[in-house]
Amino acid sequence: MAKITFITKDDDTIVCEADSGSVMELAVQNGVKGIDGDCGGVCSCATCHVHVAPESVAQVGEAGEIEKDMLELDDEANERSRLCCQLEVSDDLDGIVLHVAH
Amino acid sequence: MSTPLTANKVCIIIGASHGGVNLAFALRKEGWEGEIHLIDKDPNPPYHRPPLSKAHLTTDDGLEKILLKAPKAYQDNHIELHLGQEVAAIDHVHQLVNLADGSSKHYDKLVLAVGARPIIPPIKGIDDVKHLYPMRTADDVNNIRSAFSQCSAKRVVIIGGGYIGLETAASLRKLGGEVTVLEREERILARVTAPIMSEFFQKLHTDHGVNIRTGKNVVELRQNTNGQEVLCSDGTVYPADVIVMGVGIRVNQELAEEAGLKIDNGISVNEQCKTSHSNIYAIGDCTFHYNKHYDRWLRLESVQNAVDQAKTTAQALTDKNPEYDALPWFWSDQYDVKLQMVGLSDGYDEILKRDESTDDQHKFSTWYFKGDQLLAVDAVNNAKAYVVGTKLIGAKTQVRKDVLSDPEQDLKALL
Ligand SMILES: Cc1cc2nc3c(=O)[nH]c(=O)nc-3n(C[C@H](O)[C@H](O)[C@H](O)COP(=O)(O)OP(=O)(O)OC[C@H]3O[C@@H](n4cnc5c(N)ncnc54)[C@H](O)[C@@H]3O)c2cc1C
Ligand code: FES
Repeated sequence: MAKITFITKDDDTIVCEADSGSVMELAVQNGVKGIDGDCGGVCSCATCHVHVAPESVAQVGEAGEIEKDMLELDDEANERSRLCCQLEVSDDLDGIVLHVAH
Repeated sequence: MSTPLTANKVCIIIGASHGGVNLAFALRKEGWEGEIHLIDKDPNPPYHRPPLSKAHLTTDDGLEKILLKAPKAYQDNHIELHLGQEVAAIDHVHQLVNLADGSSKHYDKLVLAVGARPIIPPIKGIDDVKHLYPMRTADDVNNIRSAFSQCSAKRVVIIGGGYIGLETAASLRKLGGEVTVLEREERILARVTAPIMSEFFQKLHTDHGVNIRTGKNVVELRQNTNGQEVLCSDGTVYPADVIVMGVGIRVNQELAEEAGLKIDNGISVNEQCKTSHSNIYAIGDCTFHYNKHYDRWLRLESVQNAVDQAKTTAQALTDKNPEYDALPWFWSDQYDVKLQMVGLSDGYDEILKRDESTDDQHKFSTWYFKGDQLLAVDAVNNAKAYVVGTKLIGAKTQVRKDVLSDPEQDLKALL
């Protein structure tokens, strides 16, 4: 079981728990504002953009090649950006904090 | 941002799919304070359609994995969902929506997000075959999955070699099906892409063991004791346990037509998604709209268009005077190939292919030009080409074709 915290642009904090699925699905299931997931999670739309909190960066890891390329379409992208449909929920992600980019 | 003027107003949206659902949430974001009603005849909670022919078909996952929004989000945003309810008519004089169950609802603003339905051509014998399904709704997928799992030979015939047909072919092949695709044109994807891409996908499917047959005009379907048969005009016969019909869609424009709205190749809307009647808007697959970038009227079948028109309409309904100006994009996933497309290639006079494939992976991009103007890019396993293409097309940048054609040079040098 992993506990994942989303902080939205309106400064809402939403804490979710799950043991499988993608982080984008988790966000949508919990109505996290700013995570639209328009492509359904196949890294084609960049509407699931989060900035990983500095303390969680090591735990979450780096974006893959396609993900990095897709992030370039977004003006809000920085070195801590991830498309969270590409993050699989697992125990390894327990405790991470993600700031929704939009 | 509050728009008090909308506090006592009622917005009714017909169609709770990519267009309608995104509109409902965008309306709240833009400050619409009145009621929002989303009506759909589909009884299932609103879901993503693209995964239906892709990942969703190959797993046993339920619909909850592909819902557009969480059930709770509708409540939190005071969006009333009326599922399993069909709108029978629009009474624009009295601003009423009449439902099939005899009830009616008043609206101040009405949005048609009614999309399209699969074409089921009147082929001889089509009503006699037991396992023929289109691929548009969650129920269609359930029917296909269950017919497929119940038959032993797993012979699938897909009529129509467009994106949806080919994705379905890839997914059912992955599940062990013996799949044949019958395409009437001389090449698959003939309506939507260039010959070079058709060839690539034909080979891809053939390499994966799918039988692609072009120039096949299906003229009759027969039900036998041990399955079905698909007959073509050239006399060939294909036995099938499951038949999937993927020959395109027809816009659900009847409601609009009967209400006297202007119709062209779909429901005509202006740059704010307003129809020929004030107070009635239309978005998504059902609209015939103007694309500013390409200076052309068109109809699109894509999530991008449904979502972007939803955003434009939400702004229009809250008096922000928007203008629809979006670059079309689309994707398709088949086997381990990810195709991403941006722009509209119609009218191209030159194609440049940039091949960056390795021994174990297809990776290339196709660039469509009209003179010096870059019109569109199709990128296969190449998100960078897609992203660079999007930027170049959007900014109408002159592209250095020598750099583009040389895979040794970084694409970013073009920006
Ligand atoms: C299998 C499949 C794969 C796809 N793959 C992709 C892809 O990879 N990428 C991409 O960009 N696009 C893809 N698309 C296209 C995309 O799904 C559509 O463009 C999108 O769904 C359009 O949304 P919409 O809201 O305009 O219309 P629709 O999704 O068609 O929704 C219209 C809704 O209106 C309802 N409705 C209609 N009339 C009435 C009535 N009288 N009363 C009540 N309800 C009514 C219908 O039940 C329906 O739910 C795919 C489509 C399918 C079917
Ligand atoms: S959901 Fe589309 S990129 Fe993540």
